[in-house]
Amino acid sequence: MSLKVIQPGLSTSIQDLGRPGYFHLGIPIGGAMDRFALRVANMLVGNPEGAAGLEVVFMGPTIEFERDALVAVTGADLPPKVDGVAQEGWTAFEVKAGQTLSFDFLKSGARAYVAIGGGIDTPPALGSRSTYPIGALGGVDGRNIQAGDVIPLGEADTIEAGLNVPENLRRLPGKPTELRVLPGLYWHRLTPAAQEGFFADDWSVALEADRMGYRFKGGKPLEFVEREQPFGAGADPSNIVDGCYSYGSIQVPGGLEPIVLHRDAVSGGGYFTLGAIISADMDLIGQLPPHTPVKFRKVDMDEALAARAARKKMLAEVRTHLG
Amino acid sequence: MAQVLSPVPGTFYTQAAPGEPLYKQPGDAVAQGDTIGLIEVMKTFIEVKAENAGTFNGYKVENGAAINAGEPLAELED
Repeated sequence: MSLKVIQPGLSTSIQDLGRPGYFHLGIPIGGAMDRFALRVANMLVGNPEGAAGLEVVFMGPTIEFERDALVAVTGADLPPKVDGVAQEGWTAFEVKAGQTLSFDFLKSGARAYVAIGGGIDTPPALGSRSTYPIGALGGVDGRNIQAGDVIPLGEADTIEAGLNVPENLRRLPGKPTELRVLPGLYWHRLTPAAQEGFFADDWSVALEADRMGYRFKGGKPLEFVEREQPFGAGADPSNIVDGCYSYGSIQVPGGLEPIVLHRDAVSGGGYFTLGAIISADMDLIGQLPPHTPVKFRKVDMDEALAARAARKKMLAEVRTHLG
Repeated sequence: MAQVLSPVPGTFYTQAAPGEPLYKQPGDAVAQGDTIGLIEVMKTFIEVKAENAGTFNGYKVENGAAINAGEPLAELED
């Protein structure tokens, strides 16, 4: 039993929690950009937290159901509709066989997560159903969903609509959004004025922001400490010989526009990285539409770990709430 | 009066490229499916199509404007 895609939306992909373990081979971790939202959507419909669902960006798909299913939509405020009737977000609702799930216009955030009871049951690739189009892994034939696709569903245990997550246990970015940064290995390459300016300046989300990297613009160009570039590093001061990139690391090609590497990013290359967005704030990045004002705030390791603990606590509270 | 709403957030363009004519001028006839503008987002360009036929009444936002999903981009008269 399955889902039939009538209209795919702008860029709708099948995602679970990703395929960690292959980054050293150049295969990104992948998976939902807002992992909290996907976990919660799955919990609402009685799935394991890591079941595969749909990551919907900016514009909703239209999907016909071939069997009864429990559905939950979390993350961005992209109001779901069943045969045109509005449904609540962050709440489990029923879709009957033959009914159609569609969406109203995006109201806030950027990515909605659609969990379906039983989960999406496309064939896993390297242990995950997450779609990585550049490597043609996961999803439907390694790509985003298209009109006419028939997406298989797993067996669902229970059908009980109405489970809901209260607003204090939902998470969307504030305005302006604050993203916390831990300065990293190449921080010393920036002049003190540039280090200060990076955190003082007002940035906004650029149009070139996707699952590989989120680009920001609007701040002053970064100045580098002068040096003789090492052999193999290239002439641009933002180049290094080569280095590993971590999930969340921030590269600034030419010192101009910072790019935060996200779930589908490459694992290494020749740009310096000034630091990394802390893990607790990575989900939020997936919820930033273009033009969103952003401030970067410097934190130390203690604050980063405390923030990570706070996020884990919030997830634990959701688990307790949903029993 | 019918409004053409933006399907996605991004940057809106009233012409296919700088120097090109506007997609529509006030008074132009609009057929269902006509392109009335272009939206740039996530390294792609999306053509905005009219869902209904009518007479073009003008753009509601300027060329190059930042827009939200659901925002009125243009008006058509029936």
